[in-house]
Amino acid sequence: MSDATTTDRQEARMPKFLRRLDPAVATSFACIVALLVFGSLYSSSFLSPEYLLQQLKVASFLGVISTGMMLVILLGQIDLSVPWTVTTGAMMASAAAAMGPAGVFLAIPFGIVCGMTIGLVNGIGVAYLRIPSMIVTLATNAVAQGLMVAYTGGFSPQDSASGAMRYLATGAFIPGVPNSVIVWAIVGGATVFVLTRTTFGRSVYAIGNRERAAYLSGVNTRRIVMTAFIAAGGLAAFGGVLLAGYASKAAQSMGDAYLLPSIAAVVLGGTSILGGRGSYLGTIAGVILITLLQSILSVMQMPEAGRQIIYGVVIVVMLLLYGRSPASR
Amino acid sequence: MSEWRYWYAEQKGTLLALGIFVVMFVIYTANHPAGFTANVVQTASNKGVLLAFVAMAQTLVVITAGIDLSVGMIFLLTNCLASWLVVGSPFETTIGVVAVLLVGALCGAINGAIVIYGRLQPIVATIATGAIYFGIALLLRPFPGGSVNEDLADALTGRLLGVVPASLVTLIAVVLIVWVPFRRSEYGRAAYAAGSSEVAAYMSGVPIKRGKFLAYTLSGLLAAIGGLFLTFFTYTGEAAFASGNAYTLFSIAAVVLGGVSLFGGRGSAIGAIFGAFAFRTIGDLLFVFDLDPLWQPLFQGVVLLLAVSLGAFALFRVKNRLEWFG
Repeated sequence: MSDATTTDRQEARMPKFLRRLDPAVATSFACIVALLVFGSLYSSSFLSPEYLLQQLKVASFLGVISTGMMLVILLGQIDLSVPWTVTTGAMMASAAAAMGPAGVFLAIPFGIVCGMTIGLVNGIGVAYLRIPSMIVTLATNAVAQGLMVAYTGGFSPQDSASGAMRYLATGAFIPGVPNSVIVWAIVGGATVFVLTRTTFGRSVYAIGNRERAAYLSGVNTRRIVMTAFIAAGGLAAFGGVLLAGYASKAAQSMGDAYLLPSIAAVVLGGTSILGGRGSYLGTIAGVILITLLQSILSVMQMPEAGRQIIYGVVIVVMLLLYGRSPASR
Repeated sequence: MSEWRYWYAEQKGTLLALGIFVVMFVIYTANHPAGFTANVVQTASNKGVLLAFVAMAQTLVVITAGIDLSVGMIFLLTNCLASWLVVGSPFETTIGVVAVLLVGALCGAINGAIVIYGRLQPIVATIATGAIYFGIALLLRPFPGGSVNEDLADALTGRLLGVVPASLVTLIAVVLIVWVPFRRSEYGRAAYAAGSSEVAAYMSGVPIKRGKFLAYTLSGLLAAIGGLFLTFFTYTGEAAFASGNAYTLFSIAAVVLGGVSLFGGRGSAIGAIFGAFAFRTIGDLLFVFDLDPLWQPLFQGVVLLLAVSLGAFALFRVKNRLEWFG
């Protein structure tokens, strides 16, 4: 009892914004600062604005993909179809860009619509057929892979990204600020608005907490779940479009490197994998944390094997620190 | 009479998987240019047994209402390890085999410890440990290579008495040595009970933690047996990310086809074995019908999507809409 009152008093002394901060988000930001300090000890160029902007630019691709993943995780579901949705978005946008002027104009929307179609199948499977999301998204991932392999013949397609895609990913509309960062900021701002200020966002949190209760209070839970999956598919494909613009072409299995990081970014940012709890600020922290970690490991010339191991260990350790579910009692 | 009804209700998924497999295999051999010969059966069995081991490993975890997304990576890791250790004299080979199996069991035990005692969600925990296991596999074999004791490899992938595929005999032996005792033990029942309803099992004083831990550990062991067999077939070790991912995905497909409930507590490893054989045969059907191999991933994906959609038929039996939300 006395413990509780002392912590209350301690909390009362803290500034208001600190009291409202989720410990998971605070831990993530603390880790980001620690990584930056560690990196600056290793190389002095680590804290230069150019390097940090470059990191933000790389982070923005993961950021867009993680936004969709976060929507789905908030529902208490998961989207394992990210790898080939990203690849489908990239390949279809590049393929459209090769089809003449109209194709160039429609390249970006076409890529996103292809991703939304995959999301629609996921959404119907999860919301209406009640198949566990992990299974149905694994299956659509396999179907998307099959379609892309059949379409490309198993090789990386020769079509290159359209000018608009390249401009979105590598250009700088405001001098010094990469466009992809602006894109991420717009996507992020829209997500924060939708999650906190709209009925849809409220319903997403409600369904994540207890779908049965949300249904009984009159939420059309199945439509909301389906919409969230469509949005997640579209965002993953948009991430793929940006990546294709960045590399100026699509490649086989370019999306494989985004499944684990996108889940890790969302979960490290304090969003509960069981759904219903989490903030977009945390996801931003998670995305930057993962990108910095990857960057530092590659600056240290860590081979791929070591990177995978450190990566897995960091995720397990951070989750053990604050991602544990309550004990069964 | 009523006893039979219960037995049928429990084994329905397994029997269905057996039925699918038999139908597919008959279509396969009937259209195969060589027909139903010992050679065709041996090749089919060798390919099927690999997936069957991984699917059994997945079943053990799925029964406890978990999921193991690192199972393909344990399979790769033990494959790479076996390509270093399972060489030399019979004695050295034996030590190597035991070491590989122990490492597999250790990987499974780590997963189990993180999920059960660390209380992390199995999906995230095994994705992360999968990355670790893949990293170690890549450390062991940055490039494909290595070798294996070829006498042992040929003995286990060949035919006994010129007819029976040795790999099939090994699979049956593993079922009898690992699965049947587990299923009949107290811990096996605890794993089923935990998957069926963890709260009820806890309240009844069932040793759920030890049961689940044993299930995860044995799952790692079975994945390691699969990894050993992969080494016996290919004579090399290779850390290919795509291949590990594919085995994880196929193992889930096999488990679903084999009638194991992904919500836990229902199904058996025997069903998963038939599921694995059926899935492999479906994939091979394309070859006997002379279709372009490029279509194989799409075909397998569509079969997988249809297989998992079959579960939706249970919706027609729902009387109260609230049951949608389990």
